[in-house]
Amino acid sequence: MSKTKLQAYWKENLRYLLILLLIWFAVSYGAGILFADALNSVRLGGFKLGFWFAQQGSIYVFVILIFVYVWLMNKLDEKYDVHEK
Amino acid sequence: MSVQTWTFILVGISFAIYIAIAIWSRAGSTKEFYVAGGGVSPLANGMATAADWMSAASFISMAGLISFMGYDGAVYLMGWTGGYVLLALLLAPYLRKFGKFTVPDFIGERYYSQTARIVAVVCALFVSFTYIAGQMRGVGIVFSRFLEVDIKLGVVIGMAIVFIYAVLGGMKGITYTQVAQYCVLIFAFLTPAIFISLQMTGNPIPQLGFGGSLSDGTYLLDKLDGLNAQLGFAQYTNGSKPIIDIFCITAALMVGTAGLPHVIVRFFTVPRVRDARISAGWALLFIALLYTTAPAVAAFARTNMIQSVAGVNYDKLPSWVKNWADTGLIKMEDKNGDGAVQYVADSKANEFVPDKDIMVLANPEIARLPNWVVALVAAGGLAAALSTAAGLLLVISSAISHDLLKNAIKPDISERGELIAARIAAGAAVVLAGLLGIYPPGFVAEVVAFAFGLAASSFFPAIILGVFDKRTNMKGAVSGMIAGIAFTAGYIIYFKFVNPGANVPGNWLLGISPEGIGTVGMLLNMAVTAGISRMTQAPPERIRQLVEDIRIPRGAGGAQAH
Repeated sequence: MSKTKLQAYWKENLRYLLILLLIWFAVSYGAGILFADALNSVRLGGFKLGFWFAQQGSIYVFVILIFVYVWLMNKLDEKYDVHEK
Repeated sequence: MSVQTWTFILVGISFAIYIAIAIWSRAGSTKEFYVAGGGVSPLANGMATAADWMSAASFISMAGLISFMGYDGAVYLMGWTGGYVLLALLLAPYLRKFGKFTVPDFIGERYYSQTARIVAVVCALFVSFTYIAGQMRGVGIVFSRFLEVDIKLGVVIGMAIVFIYAVLGGMKGITYTQVAQYCVLIFAFLTPAIFISLQMTGNPIPQLGFGGSLSDGTYLLDKLDGLNAQLGFAQYTNGSKPIIDIFCITAALMVGTAGLPHVIVRFFTVPRVRDARISAGWALLFIALLYTTAPAVAAFARTNMIQSVAGVNYDKLPSWVKNWADTGLIKMEDKNGDGAVQYVADSKANEFVPDKDIMVLANPEIARLPNWVVALVAAGGLAAALSTAAGLLLVISSAISHDLLKNAIKPDISERGELIAARIAAGAAVVLAGLLGIYPPGFVAEVVAFAFGLAASSFFPAIILGVFDKRTNMKGAVSGMIAGIAFTAGYIIYFKFVNPGANVPGNWLLGISPEGIGTVGMLLNMAVTAGISRMTQAPPERIRQLVEDIRIPRGAGGAQAH
């Protein structure tokens, strides 16, 4: 594969990583820790929202993030023709 | 039937399954022994990873810990799941493309250095032994509580079982027994949780019951906040640790998870890069089933416990309290002589001290569930402890036979010789782990912080930078690892062993506890690695080529065949 194509592939990969890791950080360290107190004034049924993110929500988002990553990368691999046969 | 009969039946059946799988999946080559031949399906690998990861501590102790910590328990919930996002996005696909068998393999090759390899081997051995001692102890405790055999005999039985499938089957045997063990442990964890959720909130899904309301119409968590406040404890849904410490502990556990060799090595066992990505997803999904249920169990158990003991007369306590008091896991003393249990936050006046482990172990009894459910918890606890122990044993044996013997001491060893060495190393490690379980060093709980701190401050930065920064060279990586480990280990040793009296928030660096200091160690490692790499010569061209090759998925089949 040509050098420029490899660089373009890697750049797109890094962009996906950046976006996904920002979400990862926002739900756990953001909603679950740094802003948990503020979010606790909002209710989600019997949960205070900050507490819910810390003990439930962040974990659900983590699972979703990985499956989204897999889907994005499989598409990206095909686009740049570096997927495995 | 009695609980004990049920326990013998369920534990017996599960052990028979593990041994049958071991015989069916014997390893014939080093490749099968180290990475199960690289042919495990992503779904099976996901289950095996989940069982590998969830230890006796996750199964038995975590929900109990959370029920006493309330919100602060989130450090374990997020810390021990969020690391899989890092694994999936930053490590697993690239390490799978690299091929090979172990983490020290990658470190040694990427940094073209035996020193780097040896540093990695020492870290891998230390982290794994720290961990495994706790697992064998867990096996002994479950045996002694549920089957009333001596703890030592319990450990020996556990050793014998692990010995059979780890030594015979290597990674291949371990992988397929872990799949079975996952099924046992998740069934054992969810069944009582579903029953209790239904009893207390009318909702069979614990994750929803957690936010549901009790029969008197109040929300469970509001009720629990109220009960805690009445007894003088912090509100359940508010933390008592400072935010910076919560932040750093969570980060150290996440990054440590992503740096633990027995977890990383599981991603070497799938056929392709895309399988490594998706199997991290399956693994986290299977882990999340337990990790989102555990905080619900914690809240149910705490509410139940407070309601059934606080203010109740000693002679009217339910029978489970007496049963567990007999085992020493509940301590009671009528300090003020009024005949009623005074359960309060103030330790001088408090008369009721439950061990955190009973929140899971006694939960089915507290909720008056049938005997077979109680027995199921024993089988689940054993599955959790044995599966983790086996995964760790494999890392220990491959570190010795592959990283030390084959790659450092005797490179011309034959395939057959290496396989025999791997088996002997696994056998010796089982025995050593068993001895650690029978004669536990007093500091097992203390060294767990160590295992995560070291994994976070050594492996994680070295691997990440090795993939994402081509400029990182041998001098940078080795100095970074040594700086990270020395700082983290020094901090933990000082506060846990040298001067435990000084282990109070006022003395901590920026208010960060020894449990969270791995985060700082990791940042230090990254800074040192990047700085020194840029001040010294760039890595050779073949290493830059290797990194470029790792970054694209195609060709993993080739990498697998060496």
